[in-house]
Amino acid sequence: MNPELIRSLQELLPQIQGYIYPNEIEIHWGLLIVVYPYITGVVAGAFILASLVKVFNVKEVQPLYRLSLLTALAYLLVAPMALVSHLGHPERFYEILLTPQTSSAMAMFGFVYAWYLMAVLLLEIWFVHRTDMIDMAERSKGATRLLYRALSLFSRDKGERAVAFDHKALKVITIVGIPSAFLLHGYVGFIFGSIKANPWWSSVLIPIVFLFSAIVSGIALVVLLYMIITPLTGGKINMKCVDKSVDFLFYAVIVDFSLEMVDFIHRVYQSEEEIKILSEMVMSKLFSSLIIIQVLLGMLIPLLLISLTKIFKKRFSLNEDMRKMVYFISVILIQFGIFATRWNVVIGGQLFSKSFRGLTTYKMGFGGIEGLLYAIFLLALPIAILFVLLKLLPPWKELREEGEVGTEAAGAGV
Amino acid sequence: MNGRRSFLRGFFAVLLSGGAIEGVLKLFPSKAHAKEAPRTGAWYGYGVSVDKCIGCARCMDACKNENNVPKEPFFVRTWVERYIIRKNGQTTVKAIAPGDEATPETVSDKRILRSFFVPKLCNQCANPPCVQVCPVGATFQTEDGVVLVNEKTCIGCRYCIQACPYGARYLHPVSHTADKCTFCYHRISQGKLPACVEVCPTQARVFGDLNAAASPMSRFLRMNKIHTLKPGLNTEPKAYYANLDGEVR
Ligand code: SF4
Ligand code: SF4
Repeated sequence: MNPELIRSLQELLPQIQGYIYPNEIEIHWGLLIVVYPYITGVVAGAFILASLVKVFNVKEVQPLYRLSLLTALAYLLVAPMALVSHLGHPERFYEILLTPQTSSAMAMFGFVYAWYLMAVLLLEIWFVHRTDMIDMAERSKGATRLLYRALSLFSRDKGERAVAFDHKALKVITIVGIPSAFLLHGYVGFIFGSIKANPWWSSVLIPIVFLFSAIVSGIALVVLLYMIITPLTGGKINMKCVDKSVDFLFYAVIVDFSLEMVDFIHRVYQSEEEIKILSEMVMSKLFSSLIIIQVLLGMLIPLLLISLTKIFKKRFSLNEDMRKMVYFISVILIQFGIFATRWNVVIGGQLFSKSFRGLTTYKMGFGGIEGLLYAIFLLALPIAILFVLLKLLPPWKELREEGEVGTEAAGAGV
Repeated sequence: MNGRRSFLRGFFAVLLSGGAIEGVLKLFPSKAHAKEAPRTGAWYGYGVSVDKCIGCARCMDACKNENNVPKEPFFVRTWVERYIIRKNGQTTVKAIAPGDEATPETVSDKRILRSFFVPKLCNQCANPPCVQVCPVGATFQTEDGVVLVNEKTCIGCRYCIQACPYGARYLHPVSHTADKCTFCYHRISQGKLPACVEVCPTQARVFGDLNAAASPMSRFLRMNKIHTLKPGLNTEPKAYYANLDGEVR
């Protein structure tokens, strides 16, 4: 028996409002499952930013290309950790891969994940860096040399034809990659959206809302990383690139916001059985995380800030630092907003009883697998992985394509 | 070149023939799971006479003892709800617990319209969403229509708990696997009644084979107006309620 669990459930008892089924006192999907869609969202979003360069030929964003690919990889590697560690039997996780049940949305995780990791992300990163890795192997000695040799899968051909093939392959991968990225996160949305028992989740819009919020979080995160990493490594922020990315971010936030408004209006207008308990929940348990953080801080204020730079274009175009600051604040706010979005979906979906008669409370632990510390660790881990990846496959040359300062050779910095 | 073409042709032929289509169809539960009663063999169901339940909670005790359900009130395979519906439209619901103080006497209270008890348990849905979502097939439906969890293969992802519209499932704190009512499968396969049915002093709980011609179960279905819980969700519950109030969800 787990006395700690019992104690924490006992503490929750007095906080229940109205009636909930006895088995509903325990919140089954906690912080880890909030972290999971947040992370996959960043993966999908960062990849789509990278695709802008390759498929839609948005030249301005080129400096962010490699950075966003590596960011996507770093986050993708952590995504299953959140999922596996929340299981009652993590050691049986392989069963999902070996004996999946085809009717289960969750069982498809292994395939969607493996496809995205192997067929899209790793392949694209490999082709992008192939010649660089060969160069690096040639320039280094000993173990490092062997490492790069292995990473490049012992290919040595830098000839014209080989490079041309790289480019062609990249085109194909990116074109396959975009629907795959959509699939990855749309799929995560479907895990929730397909649960008819839960009216907070059960909506055809959920996968689409997930997708757009993914694009928002991915672009915002890469821009944020770029704005932090570049000065730290002695580079100069390329404002053309940031302007363009923020442009895309701006439109993505608008679409995301409109979709969520449509969902909201639809629910209120249809006013079905569950509307009373849901609005009670939104106004009490989710007020700060939904109304304040998700909508106000995470969407409306960034939208307002970015529109200011557009409306007062002249004034802002003269003052780069001001613009930088506005962008910087916006992308940080957006990150918090998206995390709150995930929270509101996952936790919110479990705060009301399926009897529609009452509300329960989620008490976040501090230590332990379901606790805050571990979640922070999971959120920090991709950054650490990214750090290693950046060391391994430095994107500095590209990051500074049009920056005047800091033209050190690849490999320096950090 | 020719080799590749014929390979592709073969590949698409396989795609178009059974294999792939069957896989896709499996995504749609109504096509894949047999929900009609099988013509031979048993197809178990459960009856609840709401009017007969006196809220003594003996069934809850019996169930916990019979099935190693933790004693704490947060883990239940079956429970009993008490409804008090007032004239002003206000409804109060409470899950009673064994050893609760006596229910207030309500007949003389003029503000109360009606009050009653509703026993609840897993509905052993014929079209069970919990089975549909289980990623490893640990939750499954037996030939005789009982939904069970294999605790040796359940990975404890709790997806089934989310997917059950009735709150019938919990995660067992010792085995860390999903758990719920089994109709006392170990008993019924020996021809005995589920523990809760056996212990109920008023016969508010009825159990039996829905296909049997003459049984307490078929009699129950013949003699009462029947309703099921949340029929709109198309789970096709096999726990049938007689005299169920519209307030019950
Ligand atoms: S009542 Fe819930 S646990 Fe029981 S079969 Fe139906 S969905 Fe599954
Ligand atoms: S908790 Fe167990 S039975 Fe339920 S869906 Fe997950 S693996 Fe299946």
